[in-house]
Amino acid sequence: MKTNTSANAVRCAGVQKHFGEGDARIHVLRGVDFEAKQGELTFLVGPSGCGKTTLISVITGLLDSTGGSVELFGANTRQLPPEEQIRFRRRNLGFVFQQYNLLPALTAAENAAVPLLAAGMKRREAVERAKALLVKLGLENRMDTLPSKLSGGQQQRVAMARALVHEPRLIVCDEPTAALDHATGESVMELLADSAVHPERAVIVVTHDNRVFHFADAVAHMDDGRITHSEQRN
Amino acid sequence: MNFVALRMLTGDRAKYLGLIFAIAFSTFLLQNQTSIFAGIMSRTGSQIADVTDADVWVMDPATEYFEETKALKDTDLLRVRGVPGVDYAVRLFKGQPVARTPEGNFSATVVLGLDDATLIGAPRKMVMGSWENLREPNSVVVDRAGYMLLFPGEPLELNRTLEMNDNLVRIAGISEASASFTSFPIIHARYSAAVNFLGRERSQMAFVLARGQPGVSAEELARRISDATGLRARTQNEFRWDCINYYLKHTGIPVNFGITITIAIVIGLVVSGQTFYLFTVENLKQFGALKAIGVTNARLMGMILLQALTAGFIGYAFGTGMAAVFFEIFSQKIATRGIVLMWQNVVGVGVLMFLVVIAASLLSIRRVLVLEPATVFRG
Repeated sequence: MKTNTSANAVRCAGVQKHFGEGDARIHVLRGVDFEAKQGELTFLVGPSGCGKTTLISVITGLLDSTGGSVELFGANTRQLPPEEQIRFRRRNLGFVFQQYNLLPALTAAENAAVPLLAAGMKRREAVERAKALLVKLGLENRMDTLPSKLSGGQQQRVAMARALVHEPRLIVCDEPTAALDHATGESVMELLADSAVHPERAVIVVTHDNRVFHFADAVAHMDDGRITHSEQRN
Repeated sequence: MNFVALRMLTGDRAKYLGLIFAIAFSTFLLQNQTSIFAGIMSRTGSQIADVTDADVWVMDPATEYFEETKALKDTDLLRVRGVPGVDYAVRLFKGQPVARTPEGNFSATVVLGLDDATLIGAPRKMVMGSWENLREPNSVVVDRAGYMLLFPGEPLELNRTLEMNDNLVRIAGISEASASFTSFPIIHARYSAAVNFLGRERSQMAFVLARGQPGVSAEELARRISDATGLRARTQNEFRWDCINYYLKHTGIPVNFGITITIAIVIGLVVSGQTFYLFTVENLKQFGALKAIGVTNARLMGMILLQALTAGFIGYAFGTGMAAVFFEIFSQKIATRGIVLMWQNVVGVGVLMFLVVIAASLLSIRRVLVLEPATVFRG
């Protein structure tokens, strides 16, 4: 999955995050240096509780860091007004969650269309675009199905479609295979590698599922709130 | 995102229907109780409203409401007639004698004795016969509900007789009088006959009914009569409100209805608020995901308000429909005739339920606003 570009999509330098105050203060991120390049599938791996989820929350702007800097595509989004930060996230970021977080009352196509709807696109147009993407992801027969009627793998593919539909520049996947069996997880990762990776886009996958490590272009190992080492696979 | 909000609302049928039912039930209860309350209060002055020939009711200053009167002197009628601007003024007797039927049924009644010459105050809505038949000797007009009370299960029929204080009278007409507060039969008779239906007292004139000359308003006429005679003169509308206010002040009716109305509001607020709050809490992950995706707090607030207002409107519409059916059925019954769903109650309860659903949604909005979008990453 190697590409001809190596521009940094994400650059974290000395990122710190703590929760609580005084004796109850917990340091979750202890000066994290991390990079994710466009055109690459970057894995962020490490044991549970090492700070992976907190780091991607900080990267995506869902949490504020307590120290250090985060740049997305060369810009420090923290310096933007709050509304601009949200708009930036809406335009440039896509998310795949461990528990999918699909809206149970919406069909697969409607769920996939949510980022477009949030951006103000008309419903019919948004759903049509989502359907076209779902066809590419192999869900052409399940587009009008509610999430409760989909298998875990199908739900995760809908979640992937939701992350991709607005063509974001950064996709963050949190344990995308954790709730899936090995074969399904493998096929979901294949789809992710085929569909999501793009020269102008970076994909960060948080996982501790070592069965899918072979999909990674780069791997950052994390432990106890720090990146212990990084490796370039391809 | 509006359709997303609406689909989220209707997605869980059980909760959605529960929410609709809570709002519909509260709406029904509120409209029902407030309309019945307004209807009962309105009855306290319904006989006043039925008199269409007079603008002003003149009474002794001690008379506070229709049911309980202190008699005027016969000379008071002449004093009222002498007030400038009075076109005409006639006397009105009001008493509550007992009427007996030949079959042995009896009931207290409200007898209105009309001026013999003009019959001003006679019922204008007649079911059978004519109010002008009152000019015939020993004749009375009974209202339909009163007739059915005195002659239960029997068809309406003229020329049947009643006995009142040893006076045998003939039913010469059956009217469609407004229901009285006491639900007693309403009997109209000529003044000279009506005074004999009760034990003779020195003074028996309860009211003087007056109408102003052209160009003299009822309010102005009432003021002139009061100033000139020292008597209490009230316009028809003022006197109706006097009666309503009397019952509001001196009976437990408003307290009883107030308690029910308060309970309905609390039930509506608590049940719909709790259901809506739980609905939001159970969708917090989804709201968190929307936040993460980039939906603004303002947009989420809009979605929740849209959900609340949609549920509120549908519940309100169902509740209003239920209330309309209820009153359509019961307004046909003799005992509850005239108690209708008033548009003021429909509007008032609508405003109230709007406030209830807004209040119910505030907790949900707060919960979503303080929600950390990063929680969506927690499995």
